[in-house]
Amino acid sequence: MLAFTLRRAIQAIGVMIAVGIISFSMFRFAGDPVNQMVGMDTSGAERAAIRKSLGLDDPVIVQFGRYIGNAAQFKFGVSYQFRLPVTNLLMERMPATLELAIVATIFAMVSGILMGVYSALRRDSWLAHVFQAVSLIGISLPTFLIGVLMIYLFSVTLGWLPSFGRGDVVHIGWWTTGLLTLSGLKALIMPSITLGLFQMTLIMRLVRAEMLEVMRTDYIRFARARGLTTRAIHFGHALRNTLVPVITVAGLQFGSVIAFAIITETVFQWPGMGLLFVQAVQNVDIPIMAAYLMMVSLIFVTINLVVDILYTIVDPRLRSTVSRAH
Amino acid sequence: MTEPVLSVRNLQVEFAARRGTLRAIDGVSFDIAKGEVLGVVGESGAGKSVTGLAVIGLIDPPGRIAGGEIRLAGLRIDNLPPEEMRRIRGKRIGMIFQDPLTSLNPLYKVGDQLVETIRTHLNLSETAARRRAIDLLAEVGIPAPEKRIDGYPHEFSGGMRQRVVIALAICAEPELIIADEPTTALDVSVQAQIISLIKRLGRDHGTAVMLVTHDMGVIAETSDRVAVMYAGRVAEIGPVQDVVKNPLHPYAKGLMGAIPTLAGDDKRLVQIPGSMPRLSAIPRGCSFNPRCASAFDRCRIDRPEPLPRGTQSVACHLYDTVPAESAA
Repeated sequence: MLAFTLRRAIQAIGVMIAVGIISFSMFRFAGDPVNQMVGMDTSGAERAAIRKSLGLDDPVIVQFGRYIGNAAQFKFGVSYQFRLPVTNLLMERMPATLELAIVATIFAMVSGILMGVYSALRRDSWLAHVFQAVSLIGISLPTFLIGVLMIYLFSVTLGWLPSFGRGDVVHIGWWTTGLLTLSGLKALIMPSITLGLFQMTLIMRLVRAEMLEVMRTDYIRFARARGLTTRAIHFGHALRNTLVPVITVAGLQFGSVIAFAIITETVFQWPGMGLLFVQAVQNVDIPIMAAYLMMVSLIFVTINLVVDILYTIVDPRLRSTVSRAH
Repeated sequence: MTEPVLSVRNLQVEFAARRGTLRAIDGVSFDIAKGEVLGVVGESGAGKSVTGLAVIGLIDPPGRIAGGEIRLAGLRIDNLPPEEMRRIRGKRIGMIFQDPLTSLNPLYKVGDQLVETIRTHLNLSETAARRRAIDLLAEVGIPAPEKRIDGYPHEFSGGMRQRVVIALAICAEPELIIADEPTTALDVSVQAQIISLIKRLGRDHGTAVMLVTHDMGVIAETSDRVAVMYAGRVAEIGPVQDVVKNPLHPYAKGLMGAIPTLAGDDKRLVQIPGSMPRLSAIPRGCSFNPRCASAFDRCRIDRPEPLPRGTQSVACHLYDTVPAESAA
């Protein structure tokens, strides 16, 4: 088990180095960074001095080593537009994004699993058909459109919910949360539904398909032959077996939720990392873009690792194959 | 005569298909007495398993019991409400399925599955149920049960898993066990162990056993009586030694002729020509008539009803009071 975790951790580090190469090369593709720092009238000698002071005349490999070394300590340089350390900017924005992503994922998982289980067990009921239709909409309509439609309905027409921002936030150490104020909670409703809707339909369809599959297996038939209650069969036996693949998908989707947050944050002017990234793209603020890439990859890789470990907890068969492999 | 544990009368099971209904079981009747093992043989699709599933009430839509009645110790069970039937399943009727590799939920320890089943049917505490589970595992011949109880199904071999399945089937001391091809998926050496285990359990607890199989050897070894099924009907039923030594129905004769012997005579084994009709195309009259060497006109028109003949009962016009010669 330990060896398995260790091996996965080493793989994760490998992935992060590869991402580091990509994000490092972004600086070079976007042109000479010195040109972007200095004015038009800077002399060649001054440029060379800056170049030297920034270490840009070192061999590429040395520069890359330095970049990775700094990145490992969460130092990503200074933003061109804000003239502030990128790390500070990201950390300031991160709580907003994470809170949105977590609430959206919880919404997606809870409602997705409930709807999926319901539509598998009551396959022919009208509500199951409604769920199927809704899931089709959720899967095919683009996020921004749903967001805009919701703003039109609930903010503009009905005036129930705020159309942008986070509402009032409370500071807890460096973390800021909107979960403790009414306006913060109200502001969270539409963005998290918009962000979670796609995942919800995905999970719902997956749970439904898996559950139908599991209900056909021999061990469910045998569980029925043993006279277990319908409740025990559905929720004890069938659902647990259904959840194995659902955990993977939901876990991996959490990464894309954070990535998709760019669109949702733009629609709702949500002050998170995604919005910061969009602004950075508009202003060619490479340090922020590179750091954002690294951060999102780190989150992805970490989730992958956690999902792998969670897997072995849910499914005992993996536990023994894992230990047998070593 | 005391009341049989299981009494099936004129059972009919139908499946609603796209083109009309298919009758998988058509007028099956048999009894199983306390402590008796009834073997049910026949080719694939003869309706053996469906009969077993009908008895335990697990025919799923589009299938349904269309007629006849099933009584468990006198109580009619084919039309019970689902919840009452659920209470009977596992408690009064235990079932063993064909494939032990897939019968157990892979995510739960075998002990948890046993305790869950025991506590569903018996009013026992967690610890008492666990003690009972260990006793059951010991009874079905699992070594070191107090250790193995915390194992997962994938940590058991096929034969051991079938023992666990049997322990699950008998955990509430059922009056009847339905064993649906319990040895088909196992090695021959393990088969013999499982068969003798089922036999011993039936004897020790006075449990009636309905043993569904297509293996005549298993039947001859285990059963007290045997029912030969063909195309959803019972062709012949009787004490196992009589049916094996002196089969009456042409189909039963064919089946017995197809058993290899160790006696050394290297005659070719008898083969029954053709194959069983599809449910959608069961011939008129006796369903066996297209494959039967002794078929005559009446077999193509009238459906034969079971007739007692000695200890056996056979559904064949050859044994009807109207002698075969006159029609031929």
